[in-house]
Amino acid sequence: MTSDKSKLGFYLLLAPLLLWLVVLIILPHIGLFFVSISEKVGVREYETGLGNYAVFFNEPLYWRTFARTAIMSISTTALTLILGFPIAYYIAKMTRGRTKTTLFLMCLIPFWVSELVRTFGWMILLRETGIISNALQSIGLISGPVEFLYNDAAIMVGLVYTSILFMIVPLVTTLDSLDDSMIEAGYDLGGNGVSILREIIIPHAMPGIVSGCIVVFMLSLGNYLTPILLGGKDSLWFTGLIYTQFITRFNWELGSAFGFLLLALSSGIVFLGLKLSRQTLTETMGR
Amino acid sequence: MGMKTGLFTTTLLVTAMSVTAAQADTLRLLTWGGYAPDDVIEMFEAETGHTVEVTTSNNEEMIAKLRATNGGGFDLAQPSQDRITSAQEEFGIYKPIDMSRVDAAQFIPSMLEATAGNTTFEGEVYGLPHVWGTSGLVVNTAQAGDVTDYTDLCDESVAGRVSYRLKRPTLIGFAYSMGLDPFAAYDDTEEYTAILDQVEAALIECKANVKTYWDGGDEIKNLLRSGEVVAAMAWDTGGWQLNADDADITFVAPEAGALGWIDTFVLPARGRADDAAYDWINFVMRPEIASMITNTAGNFTAAVDGAVDVSADLKARYEGSFDQAAIDNIKWYPPVPAGLEALEGAALDRINAAN
Repeated sequence: MTSDKSKLGFYLLLAPLLLWLVVLIILPHIGLFFVSISEKVGVREYETGLGNYAVFFNEPLYWRTFARTAIMSISTTALTLILGFPIAYYIAKMTRGRTKTTLFLMCLIPFWVSELVRTFGWMILLRETGIISNALQSIGLISGPVEFLYNDAAIMVGLVYTSILFMIVPLVTTLDSLDDSMIEAGYDLGGNGVSILREIIIPHAMPGIVSGCIVVFMLSLGNYLTPILLGGKDSLWFTGLIYTQFITRFNWELGSAFGFLLLALSSGIVFLGLKLSRQTLTETMGR
Repeated sequence: MGMKTGLFTTTLLVTAMSVTAAQADTLRLLTWGGYAPDDVIEMFEAETGHTVEVTTSNNEEMIAKLRATNGGGFDLAQPSQDRITSAQEEFGIYKPIDMSRVDAAQFIPSMLEATAGNTTFEGEVYGLPHVWGTSGLVVNTAQAGDVTDYTDLCDESVAGRVSYRLKRPTLIGFAYSMGLDPFAAYDDTEEYTAILDQVEAALIECKANVKTYWDGGDEIKNLLRSGEVVAAMAWDTGGWQLNADDADITFVAPEAGALGWIDTFVLPARGRADDAAYDWINFVMRPEIASMITNTAGNFTAAVDGAVDVSADLKARYEGSFDQAAIDNIKWYPPVPAGLEALEGAALDRINAAN
């Protein structure tokens, strides 16, 4: 009787998660998959086939755009890690109590406004008649207005800014759990800053680094707003291609195929990253 | 088990509630920004008792939204007249207009007739004209007075100070400016492809001149207002709005002809408030209401005497941009045949990717 009741409780607790997964993720993907394998042959005439996937591999523009998007997302991830690690270390190890909360809150504050507003903020800063260009002119560093917007560097700045919080949070959590006495012991045994970082801190923080990297990589790869608004006339982004296929070309079939390729290829890259860093998904997510 | 039934009934209840809420007198209007001003909605609701829910969008998104629901979710939509028959042929998202329920005397006869002709599919009329306007050039005349045609955007004197959209109007404008006739080639895939190839080459060559390809109306207005861009391809209203702030900037009808569009009224196939939709159509085509819409949207309507209460400033700007010859030279978009977007899309992709 009790086991029956606890079983019911278990299923009831599981129900929201299952509903979420099935109704919002699995079912739409099944639908999307069927759309992606139907090729348009005429008005309201479709055939089943893998032609849409072939388009991706046969048209250099598409796979080059994907490669570009992936490489820029990986760079963004690396840059976010390099910038986020010292911040996370400072918050986790060098501060206590109130200061810690304040610093953490300061990282959070930009996320109280929407991504669109944040991106427009960057546009106001970076544009030719914007704040940075004007400030540099007024202190005499440059003689005429300079355009900082509409290039790949602007996209990177925007992406790093958008995703740095998702790197800092898991890093702070894992670094918090590192006992200070371990670092002290390292110094007692004759280690210096670099060797302690390499031998003690990074190995301990690895699950945090990996989960932070996965989240940042996925967020950058799937970002639509930042690359479209900050990027220039050559700055193609894969999600932008998917949007174009669905909305302006009315080509849902190709758009769905692109969606699946994005899913498969990004999962592949994450898998590769886990293998290279010798981490497993269970270990990373389990902590 | 009790909880489960509870959940089930709640779900039913919520579904039932949302169904009733959407029924009866609620007009779900899918339109462009400015076409349903708040004061017009208030007057309409006070007079008819219907309520109006407005969703603003653009041509492509309207079709995509209606396609996703097979023509449901909205009771009245306002795509441009050239995008109706192909969408109807491919997706069947509209239902025919019942002319007996429309007060045809309120429409300018020539526009009503032209729109009916362009939106007829399998013998049924699907569209009524509402707001019309053009796209052409918005130029800072003090700094780029020489720009009088689409191809002038590629001139060295305005290098790096130019912007246009990477969309089909750009292809068509450039084609006309290059002495080609894309509309005449609409139904001839081979000829149209040949035209697209020439335009593609020109636009790839022109790419170095472009500061950025703009996406939204506010973006291009900011670029022109700040002086970062001195000449652009854009809508007439954008130019006239900027003219109000800065007398140097205005809309210029290009020598090759401005591109004319007419936004229409169409009934989505699964719309549920046809009564309210026809009431809205007949209401907004009244001269004084049409004037109110022109004053907010910036474009003129197909209503008889629709310019009666339009502000003198707007009329003056319109007359400054269009003399009679420029009006006669407007190239009105004919219906886009199904499948044309795919050809244009491929050309646009190649332009975007070219270095």
